[in-house]
Amino acid sequence: MKGIFGRLGRIFLTYGFKIITLLLAVSIIAFVLVTLSPVDPVQQYIMGIGPVSDEQRAQIEDYWGVNEPPVERYFSWLNSLLHGDLGTSLLYRRPVAEIIGQRFVNSLALMLCAWVFSGVIGFLLGCVMGMNQNRWPDKVLKKICYLLSSVPTFWLGLVLLLLFSVVLGWFPIGFSSPIGILDSDVTIWQRLHHLILPAFTLSLMSFANIALHTRQKLVDVMNSEYVLFARARGEGKWTLLRRHGLRNILLPALTLQFASFAELFGGSVMAENVFSYPGLGSAVAAAGLNSDVPLLLGVTLFSALFVCVGNMIANLLYGVVDPQIREVEK
Amino acid sequence: MNQNVNTPLLEVSDLSVSFRMYDGALEQRDLQVISSLSLTVYPGEILAIAGSSGSGKSLLASAILGILPGNATTGGSLRYNGEALTPERQKQLRGTEIALVPQSVAYLDPLMQVGKQVDGHRKPRPTEKRRGLFRRFGLPEKTEKLYPFQLSGGMARRALVSTALLTDARLIIADEPTPGMSLDQALEALKLFREMADEGRAVVLITHDIDLAFAFADRVAVFYAGTTVETAPAQDFRQGPEALRHPYSKALWNALPQNGFTPIAGFQPYAGNLPQGCLFAPRCPYATEECHTTVPPMRQVRGGEVRCYHGA
Repeated sequence: MKGIFGRLGRIFLTYGFKIITLLLAVSIIAFVLVTLSPVDPVQQYIMGIGPVSDEQRAQIEDYWGVNEPPVERYFSWLNSLLHGDLGTSLLYRRPVAEIIGQRFVNSLALMLCAWVFSGVIGFLLGCVMGMNQNRWPDKVLKKICYLLSSVPTFWLGLVLLLLFSVVLGWFPIGFSSPIGILDSDVTIWQRLHHLILPAFTLSLMSFANIALHTRQKLVDVMNSEYVLFARARGEGKWTLLRRHGLRNILLPALTLQFASFAELFGGSVMAENVFSYPGLGSAVAAAGLNSDVPLLLGVTLFSALFVCVGNMIANLLYGVVDPQIREVEK
Repeated sequence: MNQNVNTPLLEVSDLSVSFRMYDGALEQRDLQVISSLSLTVYPGEILAIAGSSGSGKSLLASAILGILPGNATTGGSLRYNGEALTPERQKQLRGTEIALVPQSVAYLDPLMQVGKQVDGHRKPRPTEKRRGLFRRFGLPEKTEKLYPFQLSGGMARRALVSTALLTDARLIIADEPTPGMSLDQALEALKLFREMADEGRAVVLITHDIDLAFAFADRVAVFYAGTTVETAPAQDFRQGPEALRHPYSKALWNALPQNGFTPIAGFQPYAGNLPQGCLFAPRCPYATEECHTTVPPMRQVRGGEVRCYHGA
């Protein structure tokens, strides 16, 4: 038991160190980019409070430290960041941390649905293709996958919206809950009803990728020497898939699944905008378009953390699933 | 076993295997890798198949088991226990009547524990019998919990041999079972095959370790460029070239280190580039016009078989 805790402790120490250095690097790059960009946060702030005189403007600039050197500004931002203060959104006039928290819950539901959906469907389709290598189910599905991975998500989202919401009327046109109902009165079914179409759109983005990777890996496994020997011992097609196929393709599939966090996050920006879904993705788009610097920086850091955690989970799972890594780590 | 020793267990006659290959984008051609291959295996004997790399030895094993790749086509006939060995029959027999002992640890699933893997997919799992075999082979009890990458070469070999012994297979095809083993281990493994044969099973021992084949086999089939050029009692190979029938067998004997290490000119022709007549004719000192134009038939000579017009 002591060994397990020791190992876990070591893992968290190494990953913790990696995540902290990565976040520092991301914060520096993001800060430099914002500093270099023509975005003027003061102007944005002033637009929100109405007309001000030049004197007042100078006072605001002074208060915010606009005229201090960038390095000093960075450190004062980092300092408040470390104290849990991500600043106040210029657009929503609320603390950034609060907005991220609230929006992330919405996005998480969306991304989780899309993630599970694309993982399960992608894996199943990959297995079907891999077991029927170069026969018609493989050929047809492969073409569909190529098509889906070449079509832009937002366009596909618009088509789905047009078909299922406008023409057929099966799903709402946007938002995460019905219009005109108090937030506390919204049922889980209504939320799900609003979630299905954007989640499906988002999953379409990565499932073709997962299906094609799973297919290739399964083809490799089926052409391996150990499968040849298993066949020589009389194992049939399904036994081969169950005993050797799944066992050997699960690890790469899991890796891919957790590594897709980045794509998922990127895709959610598109999907949430198309469906006016109030998640983190639409918040970041709004922050970018409206020069909401604090929110933009906050979401950047948060998404880096999110993707990083995804990769970390993938790495930890290696050790659980693959005995070769597990034994070596001992 | 009360098996009639004179009824062949496996008869391979005029077997050919070719692969459909694609040259460039659309041109397709058949690449013949095994041609006019004939051999017979009797219960209670070890038949060694000797030949250099690329002579089609391992493919023969796949052809017998019916597990050739999808782009392969076969010709000729295979008979097992007097019955035609059709694809359906092969499916029934593999893993039950016919067992393969593969070459290396690469033939074990890297992510499955050795015990579970050796037990195989059949229910009920023969765990107790397998444990007995592991004990007999001196494999420690914890071996069954290990993964293939944790086995030494010798342990992997013994585990692979156990897979065949676990079945009641009457025909065992061992594909290069000795490379990578120490002499002691190799002798131990071959002793095992001898025991299996003495129990009335038939063992086909595919090898390029010619010395060991000569020492342990009852008969030896010599492969050259995907065909059998000679099948003879192992005794003849122990005696020397004068007891052998085919010029290639004689050359193979003379090329062994202890017999003078004498090479002959030329090299084994590649599939797709085979000569028209006898496959050995281009390198044969006795070749005549006839040898270059037509493939010689299998002839019975002094208790052996030879595919040569001149061999005697």
